[in-house]
Amino acid sequence: MTDKEKENKEVCLHAECIDKIYPGTKALDNVSFDVLKGKVNVLIGENGAGKSTLMKIIAGIEQPSSGTISMDGKEVFLRDTTEARKHGIGIIHQELSLFPNLNVYQNIFMAREKTKGKVTLDNKTHIDLTNKILEKLEFPLDTGTLIGDLRVGQQQMIEIARNLIQDDLKILIMDEPTSSLSQQEVEVLFKLMRELTASGISIVYISHRLEEIMKIGDHVTILRDGRYVAEADVKDIDVPWIVQKMVGEGKSYPRRERNIDWDKCETVLQVNNLSLPKSGGGFLLDNVSFELKKGEILGIYGLMGAGRTEIFECIMGLRPEHTGTIMLEGETLSVKSISEQIDKGFAIVPEDRQQEGIVQTMNIAKNISLSSLKNYGKRLFLDSKKENQAIDEEIKDIHIKVANKNLPILSLSGGNQQKVVIGKGILTNPRILLLDEPSRGIDIGAKTEVFDIINQYAERGLSIIVISSELKEIIAIADRIMVLSNGIKTGELTGDEIKEEHLVLASYKGHHGH
Amino acid sequence: MNNSKQKNNSAIIMTLLKGRTLIVLGILVVFFSIATPTFLTTSSLLLIAKHVALYGILGIGMTYVIITGGIDLSVGAIVGLGGMIAGGLINEGLTLKMFGVTVYFSVPAIVIITMICGALIGILNGLVITKFNVAPFIATLGMMYVARGFAMLRSNGATFSNLTGKEGLGNTGFEFFGRNIGGIPVGAIILLIIAVIAAILLKKTSFGWHILAIGGNEKAAKLSGVKVNKVKILVYMFSGICAAIVGIITASQLVAAHPASGESWEMNAIAATVLGGTSMSGGVGTIGGTIIGAFVIGVINDGLVMCGVSEFWQMVIKGLVIVFAVVIDQFQRNLQAKMALQSRNENS
Repeated sequence: MTDKEKENKEVCLHAECIDKIYPGTKALDNVSFDVLKGKVNVLIGENGAGKSTLMKIIAGIEQPSSGTISMDGKEVFLRDTTEARKHGIGIIHQELSLFPNLNVYQNIFMAREKTKGKVTLDNKTHIDLTNKILEKLEFPLDTGTLIGDLRVGQQQMIEIARNLIQDDLKILIMDEPTSSLSQQEVEVLFKLMRELTASGISIVYISHRLEEIMKIGDHVTILRDGRYVAEADVKDIDVPWIVQKMVGEGKSYPRRERNIDWDKCETVLQVNNLSLPKSGGGFLLDNVSFELKKGEILGIYGLMGAGRTEIFECIMGLRPEHTGTIMLEGETLSVKSISEQIDKGFAIVPEDRQQEGIVQTMNIAKNISLSSLKNYGKRLFLDSKKENQAIDEEIKDIHIKVANKNLPILSLSGGNQQKVVIGKGILTNPRILLLDEPSRGIDIGAKTEVFDIINQYAERGLSIIVISSELKEIIAIADRIMVLSNGIKTGELTGDEIKEEHLVLASYKGHHGH
Repeated sequence: MNNSKQKNNSAIIMTLLKGRTLIVLGILVVFFSIATPTFLTTSSLLLIAKHVALYGILGIGMTYVIITGGIDLSVGAIVGLGGMIAGGLINEGLTLKMFGVTVYFSVPAIVIITMICGALIGILNGLVITKFNVAPFIATLGMMYVARGFAMLRSNGATFSNLTGKEGLGNTGFEFFGRNIGGIPVGAIILLIIAVIAAILLKKTSFGWHILAIGGNEKAAKLSGVKVNKVKILVYMFSGICAAIVGIITASQLVAAHPASGESWEMNAIAATVLGGTSMSGGVGTIGGTIIGAFVIGVINDGLVMCGVSEFWQMVIKGLVIVFAVVIDQFQRNLQAKMALQSRNENS
């Protein structure tokens, strides 16, 4: 870096060697980050890369496990949002943090009320200042409107307006501010961002729309798996460079080759034009169609909120408001309830193992037989001999390492717990197995075993759909991969097309404009 | 054309729904006036006003609590304990064993001491709820038993009667809170004063905004810099003070303090609050609504008594009215959401 370049890069806030440890995971690992004054500082990374965690630490919402933050050369301690705001740091949250029961100006001035004589609220000033800010945002609105009555995009604008009300704003953090804005609103926001940076305010910007970043960003920092990867000025880089850094070159799993002509196989599941409306406008799923062959493993890849889990929820009957048709072996299903879907031959392994996968208070055996109890019925009572036999077979079949099946489920490791959940699904003799993030939170060894089990059952003719956020995993395991982005199907890859770069690019496609 | 007519219709329905508690109150008054000739007499109305004052004051404290998304089941017990503290101080004074003397306080001092006790109990509720993360239902349920127990312990279950005080001890005049001024019960005047203060606090101060914000979205309130714990503790404190005041008024009306008084009054307070349009899920509610709700409860209670309806049927009717009110409340909310959606679609 030449001296001249250094002059241009005045650091406004410096985070040094930040660690953030949550029980079980390390969200940030020794990350250092500079916020450059008067620039749009962009943070990029995959799901779980640690972007939002880093921003929460800078905004005072979370505290680092270790590491320091300094502003203008002096160390600061950001114990809460009030403290951070005193230092001129504002944040626009990814998930809206507004009050639906209050009106526009009450939301904007919450916890920074203007008062007359320090007692009564000065609502005239509130309304005047609110109108001024909304004018600046080119967003005229009756200030007395309840927030709950606004569209999500309009709420997003209010969230932005809240932060602009602060006089001594130095750093504004924007965590995906454009995710629910219209193209026109985005243009206004960008114009405003340029005005802010011109007046010396620094912006930290997180977005999933890569093209947007190339347009508005000045400086890019890339995180992966909670670690710093690279940084560069936007003028020196392009989209492929970003994708390559995001993906990295870590170790990959061996890709499984199956020489099967899928066209000749019978279609087990056919989903046509599946749509799911979002409360507050828009769609969680927008006209998604796909099919599943007998014995095939279909992978579904996408970013958080792309609509992956929602597909499973529609198929299993948890989302009665969906539209479109679901056909099982050529027969159109009317999806009513989850127990009916299990009877028809579907089994699901949910994403959240602790909350939805296992019953923590029951033992291993009971957890395995829970979904298929009716098979062991003898009039009103359970035939425990038959039940135990089935459980023992299943434990052997999927290699659950267990000393005694009557031990509490929580005595097992995460990987073995996951196998129990899979075993529970398989015991119902499904025709289609739905796996939502089957490898989340389990160690490498257990992961390989879980993949082996999946493969083994696919060979036997079970049709399987796997959702995963981990590129390398999904590439290793799936015969075909469908990519979702923002509720839209943006890609379907088979054979040699299955490459990390293709998946990542497709997973951002749905975010380009509207 | 058809559309605008439909919109007009829903606007009318909306107005009717919003004023529903007032309409119900009107219907009840007309009904009881016809059903029993004694209903519309000064003495009956004074009696109703006396009772409404008690439910109303409890309801105001409860309204704050419920707006934050909580509940306070201990208020009935605090009424009993408050009465016992005041009554005990008048009849027996405060005996300081180490000095071997008994101190008698003047009535204003007794009122203040009782209110402070109510405030402390409320603060304790708030601390348990915020610092130890105990659900408000459980924390205040526990406090209900504790406070009632202490009320009983104060006199071993006996009543402090004849709370007139003695001229020589300088503690006369406690009956004042049960009397009338210019034909209006003092309790009703106190209700009015507290209602005005509470309404102003809720509408015109930061404190009020923060109460509404916590009920609307507690996490967002915290992130916005609202001192959530402090506000919650203050809200339970306010509820405790209201309950202690009701304890004083009750004891004064009867010129006697009974440790079991106020039993299940928390339910009347909750009923008044809910009838007044406060949402049990928090974030929405007004003081004015609660006062009207208190009138509805009072009129039903006393009107049915005057009609000679058995105590057991009274319970059945009161229960039905409360559930019915919440059903209509849900209906209104759905309609409101529908109308908002409609106008949004038309605008865009």
